Amino acid sequence: MGKKSVIPFGPQHPVLPEPLHLDLVVEDEVVIEATPQIGFVHRGLERLVQTRDYNQFIYVAERICGICAFGHSMGYAETIERLMGVEIPKRAEYLRVIWHELSRVHSHILWLGLAADAFGHEALFMHCWRLRERVLDLFEKTTGGRVIFSVVKVGGVQRDIDASMLNQFVSVLEGIMGEYQQICRAFLEDSSVRNRTSGVGVISTERALDLSMVGPFARASNVPYDVRSLGNGAYGDLSDFQPIVSSNCDCYARMEVRAAEVIQSIAIIKELAAKIPAGDIAVPVKGAPAVDSEACNVVEQPRGECYYYAKGNGTKYLDRMRMRTPTSQNLAGMAVALNGCDIADVNMIVLTIDPCISCTER
Amino acid sequence: MGFASKSPWVIHYDASSCNGCDIEVLAALCPGFDVERFGIINTGNPKHADIFLVTGSVNDRNISVVKQIYDQMVEPKVVVACGTCACSGGIFHDCYNVLGGVDKAIPVDVYAPGCAVRPEAIIDGVVQALGILEEKSKALKESKRRA
Repeated sequence: MGKKSVIPFGPQHPVLPEPLHLDLVVEDEVVIEATPQIGFVHRGLERLVQTRDYNQFIYVAERICGICAFGHSMGYAETIERLMGVEIPKRAEYLRVIWHELSRVHSHILWLGLAADAFGHEALFMHCWRLRERVLDLFEKTTGGRVIFSVVKVGGVQRDIDASMLNQFVSVLEGIMGEYQQICRAFLEDSSVRNRTSGVGVISTERALDLSMVGPFARASNVPYDVRSLGNGAYGDLSDFQPIVSSNCDCYARMEVRAAEVIQSIAIIKELAAKIPAGDIAVPVKGAPAVDSEACNVVEQPRGECYYYAKGNGTKYLDRMRMRTPTSQNLAGMAVALNGCDIADVNMIVLTIDPCISCTER
Repeated sequence: MGFASKSPWVIHYDASSCNGCDIEVLAALCPGFDVERFGIINTGNPKHADIFLVTGSVNDRNISVVKQIYDQMVEPKVVVACGTCACSGGIFHDCYNVLGGVDKAIPVDVYAPGCAVRPEAIIDGVVQALGILEEKSKALKESKRRA
């Protein structure tokens, strides 16, 4: 038995895309304890609800995180609509879900690239990000932005997607499918990738439930929980929705789940693009939330369940706005998964929870 | 043109950005914009880097990290503030935990605005930074010759 030593990891580290600090207690190259420290990205934007009215806050909500930007603006808008009892047009609901699923496609492909980078497959990383650019082009064509879209507003959406553009969505997504499946083969069938990820960072189903893990991280531990199956908004109109799960519970399973979710999201976009009803894309929202009115909402972000809570006070300014983001749920699971792993696997495990620190700290 | 500006290596640090600018910094390096074909490589080691790309504003917790990375970089070096938050604090300027732009911590040479900053703006900023890097490297040589 060697001596215990502590290795500081992050916030600036070649393999970390985001500022997370870990104190790794190691003994003979094996991590026996990992303590995450956060606080590098905290801005305090929940308090901005006191100085921005509920319409203005939507652009702050969108900037909670630049990767799940659309999901946050949608989650916030839905919460305010519930708070004020606004019913939005069906077409707006469909458009929101189409964009949201497209964000999931871009987020998961981005993650697959970062995972490839984490296990040292630079070329695969580049291929993933090349594919992702095609998805971003669709965003740019329909919203004008690549990562921050400013397209959701309280009461609906700002812009419509016409029928020819929706067809283009479908044809572009079908077009990348061939290349995407090739990339997936590299991830899921290549023996070197499999050796690197199989049996690494295992969390059993019971442990995952104890730690309240969410999102693909939990689904890879065979927890069939996906907010989309609740059928909020246009998700309710899907002919069939089954959460994608895997029972391997390791890093490989997390890759498998995310790889399959991209294909699932593309199928959802195709189905909704065919079904989308005609009509208005927004309703005017006037007035202010009532005194002591409360509303909450859950959205399945690319990283998992995100919970929103809002409280009104009779003015245009909210009393309280609170989010609980998927990564803050999953950090506990990450710390457990790191126990007993080799020091060389730390970056792989940290990455497989798809940490979004700026969501977590806001 | 000096050797450094022919193949400048960049280091990227996310101060308190929302990730929007970070993924655009990476997107600028990846296929699509592909600045790697000009020899610009992302490194994790401050001692290898010539250009420091900072995204996001500084706060009390990360200001020391930003300063440390800057101090570890060897001369000549340039700093590019990527995105509105890094330039001035952006829409978060009046948050209680935001001190302001990156220039509150370290001297900034080029400001690349945008929320989120577009890869084109980052490339433009880096091209401007190369000119500054060249000047700084000349001045450094001059001062060494005199000494």
